[in-house]
Amino acid sequence: MPINILMPALSPTMEKGNLAKWLKKEGEAVKTGDVIAEIETDKATMEYEAVDDGVMVKIVVPEGTNDVPVNQLIAVLAQEGEDPKAAAAAAGKGPPPGAKAASAAPSPQPSQATAPSPQAKAPAPPPAPSSPTPPKTAGEGVRTNGQSPNRVFASPLARRLAKEAGIEVGRISGSGPHGRVIARDVAAAKEGKGLRAPGAPAAATPGAPAVAPSMSDQQIRALYEEGSYELVPHDGMRRTIAQRLTASTQTIPHFYLTVDCDIGKLLVAREEINAAAPKDKDGKPTYKLSVNDFVIKALALALQRVPDTNVSWTEAGLLKHKHSDVGVAVALPAGLITPIIRNAETKSLSAISNEMKELAARARARKLKPQEYQGGGSSVSNLGMYGIKDFTAVINPPQSTILAVGAGEERAVVRHGKIEAAQIMSVTMSCDHRSIDGALGAQLVSAFKALIENPVMMLV
Amino acid sequence: MADSSFDIIIIGSGPGGYVAAIRAAQLGFKTAIVERDYLGGICLNWGCIPTKALLRSAEIFHYLQHAKDYGLSAGEVTYDPTAVVKRSRAVSKRLNDGVGFLMKKNKVAVIWGEATIDAPGKVTVKAGKSEAPNGALGAGSYQAKHIIIATGARPRVLPGLEPDKKLIWTYFEAMVPDRMPKSLLVVGSGAIGIEFASFYRTLGADVTVVEVLPQILPVEDAEIAAFARKSFEKQGIKISTGAKVTKLEKKSDAVTATIDDGKGGTQTLTVDRVIAAVGVVGNIENLGLEKLGVKTERGAIVIDGACKTNVPGIYAIGDVAGPPLLAHKAEHEGVICVEAIKGLHPHPMDRLLIPGCTYCTPQIASVGLTEQAAKDKKLDVRVGHFPFVGNGKAIALGEDQGMVKVIFEKKTGQLLGAHMVGAEVTELIQGYVIAMNLETTEEELMHTVFPHPTLSEMMKEAVLDAYGRVLNM
Repeated sequence: MPINILMPALSPTMEKGNLAKWLKKEGEAVKTGDVIAEIETDKATMEYEAVDDGVMVKIVVPEGTNDVPVNQLIAVLAQEGEDPKAAAAAAGKGPPPGAKAASAAPSPQPSQATAPSPQAKAPAPPPAPSSPTPPKTAGEGVRTNGQSPNRVFASPLARRLAKEAGIEVGRISGSGPHGRVIARDVAAAKEGKGLRAPGAPAAATPGAPAVAPSMSDQQIRALYEEGSYELVPHDGMRRTIAQRLTASTQTIPHFYLTVDCDIGKLLVAREEINAAAPKDKDGKPTYKLSVNDFVIKALALALQRVPDTNVSWTEAGLLKHKHSDVGVAVALPAGLITPIIRNAETKSLSAISNEMKELAARARARKLKPQEYQGGGSSVSNLGMYGIKDFTAVINPPQSTILAVGAGEERAVVRHGKIEAAQIMSVTMSCDHRSIDGALGAQLVSAFKALIENPVMMLV
Repeated sequence: MADSSFDIIIIGSGPGGYVAAIRAAQLGFKTAIVERDYLGGICLNWGCIPTKALLRSAEIFHYLQHAKDYGLSAGEVTYDPTAVVKRSRAVSKRLNDGVGFLMKKNKVAVIWGEATIDAPGKVTVKAGKSEAPNGALGAGSYQAKHIIIATGARPRVLPGLEPDKKLIWTYFEAMVPDRMPKSLLVVGSGAIGIEFASFYRTLGADVTVVEVLPQILPVEDAEIAAFARKSFEKQGIKISTGAKVTKLEKKSDAVTATIDDGKGGTQTLTVDRVIAAVGVVGNIENLGLEKLGVKTERGAIVIDGACKTNVPGIYAIGDVAGPPLLAHKAEHEGVICVEAIKGLHPHPMDRLLIPGCTYCTPQIASVGLTEQAAKDKKLDVRVGHFPFVGNGKAIALGEDQGMVKVIFEKKTGQLLGAHMVGAEVTELIQGYVIAMNLETTEEELMHTVFPHPTLSEMMKEAVLDAYGRVLNM
């Protein structure tokens, strides 16, 4: 029997990936453990190892193909002693490409979902149906069933359980036959598993943002003169940023809290600490703290002081995080990634500083593992080095807050009726209003301000 | 020299094995099946099918005896035990031939003999006692990447109750009596024991059933079992529950049993024959499992949801892979097993949705949780009943004794279980099985139109009853 090689799911959330490169050619022998391909996932390029011995007889998906759904047939391996030609011919007989990845049906239908009226049970067919058997599929992963393309396939029990749990059944990914939503999917959804963002179509066009753009690509291109632009194809990271941040702004009700922080004491302390850094054998200081390292530490401690803000929203309830896992946005040549300093409240400034340098270096080399940039409770985005005074940042779900940090600069401030010069840094906290209310968010911001203005308080 | 290398070799051609073989062939695997005795296994040859043939003879005999109730006269009704057994054997033979035909049609190689697994991928077959059918491969070494064990089960032997096959029978001998015993002791009141009790009683034997547990048909809902017990006792079957046969003393053509009635008393009973129906055990021996390190537990091979054992390349399905020991469970596992090998990702079987049927008079059929099991799970339930006396078709058939019972979870309306006793219920249960498999709630069942006049109308009435809306009572 030929072995079908399917697009692997390299992380729990991965739904599709780009086939960056084939490392084995057709006709080449493959041993268990050999790297056969490079798969570009959300934000990293991962190696795909063979789990069987054999000969690569057919590459089904050529390298450079984007958005290959998980479990789609990508290549065929002939086993020892098998006729490669026959094996290659048998290739298509595997599971239908995308059969598993394609989910049932898009979009919620809330009013009909559980209504007991007979109409909801058996929607009348559209007038004058031309064909007695409705077409089964119209394009990959889209079911029409001769009825509304938005029909959600779900068991009656699943519909009832979803209604009780207050979850739109159309948001639940189904594991039953043909992606039908069944009772156990609702149980999983209550724990936040397999739940799509509200309004997100179940079978979105691969790589498209969660909600269809108002204009088609063609319409947009038509606005510009042919030849006046260059079309740069999106890479995986670009698409992920587009998808995640679109989803974030569409599903998370953001509000923003801005405060000015006097960092005069911090700058003095930083200079003293850096000057006192012990030297290693090459004569280099063993650490060099940046203002941003203080910001990370202060945010981590502030999250501990106002623990109700160190949370993630899930349908089942708030996840109250015990540790402060602080993400730090790192700009890359063609994108952005947010590696996370775990347990930042327990780490010294020098430890944070060195870990951050190491993570940033690997982020730039695109060598971060998914577990190094997924999760987290809050993030820091610092554009101060570009002279930005103040800005707002988009929350990186499933986190509930993000701190946008502007430049520290000398500003005129009024103290005791007199104008003075002071080192001021403006910061803006974006909060998820589902999990954090205004007053609570303000407590977090003022806790941060107290720490950053009096860095000695970070010692207690 | 015939080819000895296959993609899949299945050991055992019972309902699990031969169905797995057909599915494997459909999926393009080069498949072989090893059998030592009868194609179709116990089910077709010594179990499900021949007993149904015997029970059908008994049923028609019963109807003829009661012809007057229907305004008919049948004269003196007698039976010929030899002819009854002959018919039953002919039914088995026909289906046994049918399996042979299906193997040929699907190009599944049949290997005749006793199989042992020497190592993953390697099977040695030794010539068995029975003669190989035409076209079967013989003893030798065979190779297959995937080996599926489907060796089934055999009657359990309890100390003191060892069958001698003359006076103390297992189902094998009980199925082919040379003459009708005048009196019979059945030890065990599971499906097998009760079916034989029913058969022999209908044909006139004096039947006693002894069950060690407090309830006959121990896996069934207590209310249904109690109803069935009353019917059996009305037919003249004597039943002792919570009782134990402690000794069997063989005479030349009779057996004297000592029965501990569980209440401190002991009695003796002399009968012509004894049927030991104290369950079955998996055939896990002499396959080489110990050497391979295949994990077994309480006499069954341990498998996962895709029927894989702990040893790669070795799978197990059916009775040998643990309860429930039912042919339809084995068939379904056979399909799942082969589809998983193919990489089709079949859903694992939900064991709660496997129906069970007993073909005594009255018949018994059930699926899902019993009322007690639901309560043990701390589920808040709604229970509905409907009796056969409220159903027009049942009355017209002259079969007005029976009951349909359904159990719903109060909060969600999920159908948790359905239990029936009465005429033809084994043919009705599948309606509820489909409903449960599709996760319907009471609402869809109430919206479903049931044809009139049928026994199936009781299934809807029982649902209505659970919600206080019963119509015909």
